Amino acid sequence: MMKPSVGVRKSSGSGLRHTLHAAGLIFKKELRVEFRTRYALGSVSLFSLTTVVAVSGALSSQTLHSDVKAALLWVVLLFAAMSGLARVFVREVEAGTSDALKLYAPAASVYAGKLLFNLALVAAVELITVPLYLIVLPPQVIHPGLLISVLALGGLGLSSAATFVASLIAQAKSGKSALFFTVAFPVLMPLLLVAVKSTVGAFDSVPTHQSEAVSGMAVLACYSVVTTTAALLLFEYVWRD
Amino acid sequence: MSGVIKVFKLLLLPLIAATIVAGFLWLPPAQNFLNPGLARIVVFHVPCSIVATIASIVATWHAIRYLRKRSLIDDFKAQASFTFALLLWVLTTVTGAIFARVQWGAYWSWDIKQSAILILLMIFAAYFALRAAIDDERKRATLGSVYILFALIAVPYLTLALPNSTPDTLHPKGTLTTSDGLIFQYKITLWAGVLGLTGVYAWTAQLAGAVARLEFARRRQTGAAHSQAAQVTIVEKVL
Repeated sequence: MMKPSVGVRKSSGSGLRHTLHAAGLIFKKELRVEFRTRYALGSVSLFSLTTVVAVSGALSSQTLHSDVKAALLWVVLLFAAMSGLARVFVREVEAGTSDALKLYAPAASVYAGKLLFNLALVAAVELITVPLYLIVLPPQVIHPGLLISVLALGGLGLSSAATFVASLIAQAKSGKSALFFTVAFPVLMPLLLVAVKSTVGAFDSVPTHQSEAVSGMAVLACYSVVTTTAALLLFEYVWRD
Repeated sequence: MSGVIKVFKLLLLPLIAATIVAGFLWLPPAQNFLNPGLARIVVFHVPCSIVATIASIVATWHAIRYLRKRSLIDDFKAQASFTFALLLWVLTTVTGAIFARVQWGAYWSWDIKQSAILILLMIFAAYFALRAAIDDERKRATLGSVYILFALIAVPYLTLALPNSTPDTLHPKGTLTTSDGLIFQYKITLWAGVLGLTGVYAWTAQLAGAVARLEFARRRQTGAAHSQAAQVTIVEKVL
């Protein structure tokens, strides 16, 4: 399926093209493996369905402010996504296929390919969860442009940081899923706080909330850039060890 | 040189004892606070946070050094410094919460520095949780160092940049650096506390380094037995 590469070629145009090509192949491989069992997609979509139902059932008699609705939406999204994001690396370790992958592809491509797959997974979680959530717990107003950009930028940062942490916890002896939450949460907490604040702006028409949402979006974009860069720099150490 | 260090170690106990006595008995009530008498806790709170920062920077430096040189002794030192830093961050949080209860009305009010320290505490705790879950010594060292670097790169604006840039905080500004800040007695007690705690930290770091060197010397001596054991585990793995 993949052409073997001799070592890691860097700093030339063809090296970059090779890295991107390998990343694309790994992304395709992840998709193919996922569609054999639909394990990650099945677990995250069921997870978000049950949590949205639980939240709306428990709060059906309450009138909620937009900040509570924004916070609940992100808590559901975060936990649903986290239930599937570690799979990309845990699967390789459990099946014993990570050594083969190490021989075939440069480290950066492995991270990039798995990040692409996790991005697709987070997008799927958001596509399932958000419309359902907006139906059962409708906010006073919805600013679609603002909401979509917060979801996109927040999802990008979430997948980027979670993919990297997944590569670390995949090496643990046992209790990987509990460890994944513990280890990823401190890194994701700033993202969560900013994403909630920005979503409040998408759920009401208070002018200060709107301006906070716009500045929050800049922070979310910075977070994604920083985590992806740091992950690409440090992944070499995780993967080659 | 070693004579100077020995004298400094002997002076540490009276120095720290003096700062504690000064903190409780010598300092006048601090002005510009809701409860001036109880504001004296700052001379314990601020040194803890300053020395915790020093220990965290040294520990991070050791973690980077481990990734570059792959010498387990660096990882041992990093872990020792992170442990000391975590202890001091906890003390900073606790003294800060007591101060906040008296001066701001609540133990916890999600002030920007409180949020930042909470995330920092969780990062450090996660570092130790991750290490505890990995058996292989070298893998544990690599993944621990990589995680702490990733976390400290990924959230610097929350732990460092934001608390010091935003005007939207309950924490007073310029208390140490400007003449409008704390009065002279406070500054001298506070910096004496920083000196004393840094001394304790340097001493524990030195002891941890000595323990690490002894441990690795012992391993070299029993190297023959070790390599035999290693062969056995390799055979077990292959089988």
